[in-house]
Amino acid sequence: MYGNDFSAPDDATGGGLLGEVEAAEAELRAAAARQRRGAPAPDEDLATYFDEVVGAEQKIEPRDWMPEAYRKTLIRQIAQHAHSEIIGMQPEGNWISRAPSLKRKAILLAKVQDEAGHGLYLYAAAETLGVSRDELVRLLLEGRQKYSSIFNYPTLTWADMGAIGWLVDGAAIVNQVPLCRCSYGPYARAMIRVCKEESFHQRQGYEILHTLAHGTPAQQAMAQDAVDRWWYPSLAMFGPPDGNSTHSAQSMAWKIKRFSNDDLRQRFVDMCVQQADILGLRIPDDDLRWNEERQAYDYTQPDYDELMRVISGDGPCNRERMAHRRAAYNDGAWVREAAAAYAAKRAEQKEKVAA
Amino acid sequence: MIAAQRLAEWTSRAPEMEEDIALTNIALDQLGAARLLLSYAGELEGAGRDEDALAYLRDDREFRNVLLVELPNGDFAVTMAKLFFLAAYQLPLYTALAGCADERLAAIGAKARKESAYHLDHGALWVKRLGDGTEESHRRMQAAVDQVWPYTQELFAADPAAPVDPATLRSAFDETVGPVLTEATLTRPESAWAPGGGRAGVHTEHLSYLLAEMQVLHRAHPGARW
Repeated sequence: MYGNDFSAPDDATGGGLLGEVEAAEAELRAAAARQRRGAPAPDEDLATYFDEVVGAEQKIEPRDWMPEAYRKTLIRQIAQHAHSEIIGMQPEGNWISRAPSLKRKAILLAKVQDEAGHGLYLYAAAETLGVSRDELVRLLLEGRQKYSSIFNYPTLTWADMGAIGWLVDGAAIVNQVPLCRCSYGPYARAMIRVCKEESFHQRQGYEILHTLAHGTPAQQAMAQDAVDRWWYPSLAMFGPPDGNSTHSAQSMAWKIKRFSNDDLRQRFVDMCVQQADILGLRIPDDDLRWNEERQAYDYTQPDYDELMRVISGDGPCNRERMAHRRAAYNDGAWVREAAAAYAAKRAEQKEKVAA
Repeated sequence: MIAAQRLAEWTSRAPEMEEDIALTNIALDQLGAARLLLSYAGELEGAGRDEDALAYLRDDREFRNVLLVELPNGDFAVTMAKLFFLAAYQLPLYTALAGCADERLAAIGAKARKESAYHLDHGALWVKRLGDGTEESHRRMQAAVDQVWPYTQELFAADPAAPVDPATLRSAFDETVGPVLTEATLTRPESAWAPGGGRAGVHTEHLSYLLAEMQVLHRAHPGARW
């Protein structure tokens, strides 16, 4: 698989979530097989029709009528998601050249390659909403669209590759599994594919941390340090608390979103506590403890002011990440122009031959 | 191994997202072949060195790669020139290895041959696109070919003791490269300069830096598992 020989151990990670992805996929197929109600009648109100399709757990497809705000919300969300995959190549790409074994190097290369693939897949999903990838890339480069706050943190040691896999990919999956049931068909289908690969990545990250946590004292310290640095930024990936989340209510009504930020964050914490235990690593939260009444862990909230600072551009690596992306884009301009010129010449030749 | 290390430097820096995937993919293929070859070399040596010991614990004077692969990436044209020439050499090499008497080498050759064919297609297409694209891309592609060409001589240095004597691969290389350069409107340089020494462990000044980066973490934790 992807040119590496890594096989995932049977551990506690990801298994339940992967099961959910598969259930969502089955549901998607079932919804497709169910007779969807026919096209709207000539005199039928399109908004009512849209609500009915969404209400019946059927998928909205690119040619369907949809509220303009629904289209815009989806474009914003899918594009931001795609941008995150592309920018997200950088923090991990930072360690490819220094990966400590050839096997780990191969796995990391394959992972970063998957991320580029996810980016392309998501841009294609966004394009079904009538926007072009070039336009979205332009919005990213101009800083008018965002990407996930998490990628503005630096990868300082090899253990960060483990922490990113375990915590960042873990949080991403918890966030994205419900999106496999999103009301917009192309996004739901993209998420199913993305989640399957992410789940694999999460296991790999977990495995890196597991090896380090059971390695030399220096490796153990490296692993703990990485978890200490990535824990809160990962919790913050779920977004602001429910009270301050601007888009939540409408997104829930449209069945783009299925659970609130805080619900998903709680779910992630509960999942991680058990896994940290197996890893033998400590989650850096003195107030983390089981709450019998809630049947969930109490935990300390991340610093949302910091989250806002990072989102607005003042995180540790925002400037570098954007500069890197812009440089790749600008340095490659002559290559893209050459490819276009070459393609035009070939097309012209074909026409001449045909004429 | 070294070619993989160089190609991987492009990750997240390529001119197009599709190309990012392609370059990472080729790096992964090269790394895969290197791992098979290094593991087998370690077994033949019988001194208990595995692929990681060979990759991470040898110094530059002990590396046997050709100079071509250790040259810096330069711009996209230089990278494509290196990729194209390397693949045009590796395809006949692995094809010949696939038929050699050593079963392990033959199996590695059979696997790597398929990948090389893909690398060659990819490299050739870009050499043509850049050579016959815009004025700017033509200028850069010709400069890249001029820069890299002398290093292709080393690929074919005769070694009758090798499972496949590299000297026998020259004609296949020329037959592949010639028509592509012509179609790309590029001229083959006439330089007589033929730098070499990689096979004897005498490298360019670039390799030591490449290894310093590649080996830094592994060497900082002697004996650790990863």
